[in-house]
Amino acid sequence: MSTLTKRDWASHAAYISPEYKSTVLRGVSRNLVDIDPELSELTGPAYGAEVLGPLDHDLTKNGQVNGEPQGERIVVSGRVLDENGNPVANTLVEVWQANAAGRYVHKADQHDAPLDPNFLGSGRCLTDANGCYRFYTIKPGAYPWGNHPNAWRPNHIHFSLFGASIASRLVTQMYFPGDPLLALDPIYLSVPQGARERMIADFSIDVTEEGFALGYIFDIVLRGVNATPMED
Amino acid sequence: MSLKQTPSQTVGPYFAYGLTAQQYHYPQTQVATGAMANDETLGERIRILGQVFDGQGQRINDAMIELWQANAAGRFNHPVDARESRPLDPAFKGFGRVGTGTTPDNSFRFDTIKPGVAQDGQAPFISVILFMRGLPNHAYTRLYFSDEASLNAEDPVLNKVEAARRDTLIATRHETSTGVEYRFDIHMQGPHETVFFNF
Ligand SMILES: [Fe+3]
Repeated sequence: MSTLTKRDWASHAAYISPEYKSTVLRGVSRNLVDIDPELSELTGPAYGAEVLGPLDHDLTKNGQVNGEPQGERIVVSGRVLDENGNPVANTLVEVWQANAAGRYVHKADQHDAPLDPNFLGSGRCLTDANGCYRFYTIKPGAYPWGNHPNAWRPNHIHFSLFGASIASRLVTQMYFPGDPLLALDPIYLSVPQGARERMIADFSIDVTEEGFALGYIFDIVLRGVNATPMED
Repeated sequence: MSLKQTPSQTVGPYFAYGLTAQQYHYPQTQVATGAMANDETLGERIRILGQVFDGQGQRINDAMIELWQANAAGRFNHPVDARESRPLDPAFKGFGRVGTGTTPDNSFRFDTIKPGVAQDGQAPFISVILFMRGLPNHAYTRLYFSDEASLNAEDPVLNKVEAARRDTLIATRHETSTGVEYRFDIHMQGPHETVFFNF
């Protein structure tokens, strides 16, 4: 009826990664129980154009109150593929991030950096038939966090995707090439070497829009879900 | 298989205005809330209430929970479930999403319907996906129902779980003056650590 590739644990962090301190009391500590995927795992929510507002894909515009947001405009595009290289079409991509100064709109973010009245920092878009997505935003700033003395998160954009079923669900972070904070970041480093590099976007002069925004390419690979419909 | 999976990362502490904005009173919209059923939805109305606890028994105030379930007829609203004998319910998508940061006791609440049995031999259940700061990979679990003891006893997934841990997957039913409520707490660690699945 179907093939579903397993979560490739060699590509993901351990649930408890002590350098990332809050995993110690929050990470799953006992072995996961292996189960065979059934209809409940081979299905999942599908969201389409009906959940997209006209500016949802443009974070440089969707928070504007009285002017342009501060910072460096960028365009992020890429393809969402499964492990077989097949495009994941019409799947929702949700993103959120800090502003150019490294401050989140979130009420719990107490970082002493300015909020930007014209930037909210969240949006969403849909992949097309080829699995391609694209959104516009401001390059997020680095921000400090309490994990260890003088800890700073590298510049990053949070991503949330569904894919074909709940099995392909993915929440990840996109990083920027050449960021010196990557080598010091326990969240990034908790992912095994050889896999973590997949979270770094590529700068692309071809995606860059002349006179407007630098371009980055971030391709995303979801678990392969290949299910034929179950009929009576 | 030629490509490698993109690694998972924590949802972080600031997901609320990205994924659950309306619940947290941000100006953005969100695609799914805890209100999974409307007046037209078929099935028994239930409320699911719970808290998430860390390894020291402390309530977690920045977790996000997603639910995915079949409708009252046991059909999933997805093309892979093409079983005509179980009607789709146009008033039920089957997906909900709630954060634990907007109630004084950090509880999550879903208003939904009790799912039907999705496949012969199974007990009814709801798939639960858990995200939080400090959780590098989302965790999958299942919510079963305390009033389905005989079906639970036969369920092949529950039977894969060692008997002493099965209770962590069973939500307890309470008839309240405001309707049927199921209590489902999630423990990340400790003697009552919730069973999480790999599939
Ligand atoms: Fe962040």
